[in-house]
Amino acid sequence: MTNDKLNNSKNEWPLWEVFIRSKAGLDHKHAGSLHAADAQMAIENARDVYTRRMEGVSIWVVESKHIQASDPGEADSMYDPASDKIYRHPTFYNLPDEVKYM
Amino acid sequence: MSVHSFQEHFDNLIDRDVTIEPKDWMPDDYRKTLIRQISQHAHSEIIGMLPEGNWITRAPSLRRKAVLLAKVQDEAGHGLYLYSAAETLGISRDEMYNQLHTGKAKYSSIFNYPTLTWADMGAIGWLVDGAAIMNQVPLCRTSYGPYARAMVRVCKEESFHQRQGFEIMLTLSKGTDIQRKLAQDAFNRWWWPSLMMFGPPDAESPNTEQSVRWRIKRFTNDELRQKFVDVTVEQARVLGLEMPDKDIKWNEERGHYDFGTINWSEFYNVVKGNGPCNKQRIEARRKAWDEGKWVRDAAMAHAAKRKARQSEVKAA
Amino acid sequence: MNLAYTLRLADDALIIGHRLSEWCGHGPILEQDIALTNTALDHLGRARSLCQYAAEQYNAATAEEKKNSFSSVAIQQLTEAGKQLTEDDIAYLRDGWDYRSLLLLEQPNIDWAFTVARAFYYDTFNYYFFSHLKNSNDTTLAAIAEKSLKEVTYHLRWSSEWVVRLGDGTDESHNRIQQAINELWQYTGEPFVMNDADNVAVSTGAGVNLADIQPLWTARIAEILQEATLTMPPAGSWMQQGGKEGRHTEHLGYILAEMQYMQRTYPGMEW
Ligand SMILES: [Fe+2]
Ligand SMILES: [Fe+2]
Ligand SMILES: [Fe+2]
Repeated sequence: MTNDKLNNSKNEWPLWEVFIRSKAGLDHKHAGSLHAADAQMAIENARDVYTRRMEGVSIWVVESKHIQASDPGEADSMYDPASDKIYRHPTFYNLPDEVKYM
Repeated sequence: MSVHSFQEHFDNLIDRDVTIEPKDWMPDDYRKTLIRQISQHAHSEIIGMLPEGNWITRAPSLRRKAVLLAKVQDEAGHGLYLYSAAETLGISRDEMYNQLHTGKAKYSSIFNYPTLTWADMGAIGWLVDGAAIMNQVPLCRTSYGPYARAMVRVCKEESFHQRQGFEIMLTLSKGTDIQRKLAQDAFNRWWWPSLMMFGPPDAESPNTEQSVRWRIKRFTNDELRQKFVDVTVEQARVLGLEMPDKDIKWNEERGHYDFGTINWSEFYNVVKGNGPCNKQRIEARRKAWDEGKWVRDAAMAHAAKRKARQSEVKAA
Repeated sequence: MNLAYTLRLADDALIIGHRLSEWCGHGPILEQDIALTNTALDHLGRARSLCQYAAEQYNAATAEEKKNSFSSVAIQQLTEAGKQLTEDDIAYLRDGWDYRSLLLLEQPNIDWAFTVARAFYYDTFNYYFFSHLKNSNDTTLAAIAEKSLKEVTYHLRWSSEWVVRLGDGTDESHNRIQQAINELWQYTGEPFVMNDADNVAVSTGAGVNLADIQPLWTARIAEILQEATLTMPPAGSWMQQGGKEGRHTEHLGYILAEMQYMQRTYPGMEW
C-alpha cells in the first residue's frame, strides 16, 4: 500500500526535541519531543504541550535529525578515562578545619 | 563485537538495572515488544479521550467542565509522550496511526464501553484511571529509558485524574437519591471492565515472564488486579456504594479480597472488535485523521515556501 | 452596576469556549488538539470569572433591577425563592434570549478553516477590546481584562499564523480558508455595534468605545489577509446582528440544549 492510500500526509511533520528552562538561572533540560511543521510552530507546540503546568520560562527546540549523539559502543573509551581524575573534584583536597568558606 | 557479545552486553545491562537507550544495541524481540507495548499504550490514551470527550459539552458545572477538559487534554499529552518514546525505536507516528486505523493495533478494551451518564466521568476517573495508575507506576522504572521517562511524566499528571473522578463519585454519593442511583449504576457498569484492564489471567498471558525480565512489566496481571480489588473495596465503602460483585469477601488466610469470576469471553470479544463502541471509536479517530490531512499538508507546504523564500533572500 | 455589560462578555467567552472544546479529541494532529484545548480552557476560565462577577452584581441588585435583568423563568424562580445566584445559574439557567453573545461565536466549527477564521476575527477583536478594557473604572473588569490580554495575545498569534499557513499553503487550503473568511464576514459587523449596554458602560467609564477599535481591527485583518495571499471581503456588505440583543441564529439553541441538559434535568443539585 502506498502512503497516500493510507491517507498519511506524504510528508509527516518533522520531529523536534524540546529543551525547557524550568526557572530563571537554570539550564535548559530535555523535556521530550513533538511534531511541528516549522521552528516557530515547534516552539508554540512545546509551550502548549510541555509547559501546561508552569514547567518553563524558556524553550529551545531543535529538529531531531540535527542532534549528533555519541556512540554508546565507545562509552568505555569516552568516559572511563575521567574516572581516575578525582583531583578534578573539590573533595579530593583535605583542608584543615579552621579554613572556612572554601 | 559479535551479535553474541552484543547480546551478552545487553543482558548484563538489564541484569544490573541499567537503562537501555535508543542508540544501544538491543535484541530484535525487545525492540518489537516495546514498539507493540508502547504504541498500544499510546493508542489507549488517544482512544481514551473519546468516551470522556463526549461529556465535555454537557458537564453539569463550569468547574467540572474545566477539569474534564484539562483531563482529556492530558490524555492527548500522554499519547504524544508515548508515541514519541516509540518513535525512538524507529517507527513513525504515522505508521502507528495506520496500524490503529486499520485495526492492526490493539488498545485498552475498556474504551470500547459507552459513557451513558455524567456519573461515568466519576467512575472512569476513579476506576479506569485508578487501574491505569496501578499498571503504570511500575513502568516508571522500566528498562527502556525513553519509555520510563515518558511514564514518569504520565504518572505525575495522572494523579489528579483519579482524584477528580473520586471527587465526582463522592459528590454524587452525598447527593440526592437520583444522584446515588447514577453513581451506583456507573460503578456497576465500569467495575468488571476495569478488572479486565489488567489483561488476561497469568496462566493465559504468555509474554509475562520475558517482559518481567526486561522490566517492561514489573508485576503480573493477576498481582496488579488483586491489588486493585483490595484498594477499591475500601474506597467503595467510603462512597457508600455496593460492590457490583456478590462474591467479594475478605480472605483472612490470603490477606486479600476474593472476588467473582471475570467474564473472559466478553473480554476477548471486546478485544476482537465486538465491544459496544469499537467501530465508533476507530471511526472517530480515522475521521479526525483523514479530515486533518489537508491541514497537515498545508502547514508543510507553507513551511517549504517560507524556507524557499528565506534562502532566496540570503542568495540575493 | 455593569451587569449587562459583564454578561455580554461572559456569554462570548462561554460560547466560543464551548465551540472550541468540541474539537478536543478530534483535531488534525495531536499537538494542535492540545493547543486548541488550551485556548478553550482560557475562554472557559474567563467565562467563569465573568459569570461569578455577574452573579455577584445580580445578587446585590434591587428587586426592580433584578426583574429587568433576565426574563428566564428558572432565574426568576430562584430569585423569588430568595436564592443567591452562582456562576452556574448564570450559565445554565438562562434561556437563549438572555444570552448576549456575538452571532459569530455560535457558528459551527465546520472544519479547521472555519474554526481558524472565526478565531481570527474574534481574537483580533478581543485583543484590541481588552487592551482598552484594561483602563475600565470597574476594577473587576479591568483586572479580568489585564489577565485576558495575555491569553488573547497568544490566541491572536495562533489564529493569525494559521490564517497565513492555510492561505499560503496548498491550493486546497487556500480555497477553504478563503471560503471561511468570506462566509463568516457577515458576522464581523456586530462586534462594533454600540447598543444600550455599550453606551451606558462607555458613559460611566466602565466600557470600551467600539468605534475606537474598529479601524484597528480592520487594519490588522487586512494586513494578515494580505500576508496570507487572501482577499478581504468587500467593505459595506450586509452584516448580521442580533446576538447582543438576545436574537440568535438557530445554532445557539442546540448549544444550550447540550450545555444546560444536566442542570435542567436535575435542577438544584450539587455536582
Ligand atoms: Fe493517561
Ligand atoms: Fe494511561
Ligand atoms: Fe488519565
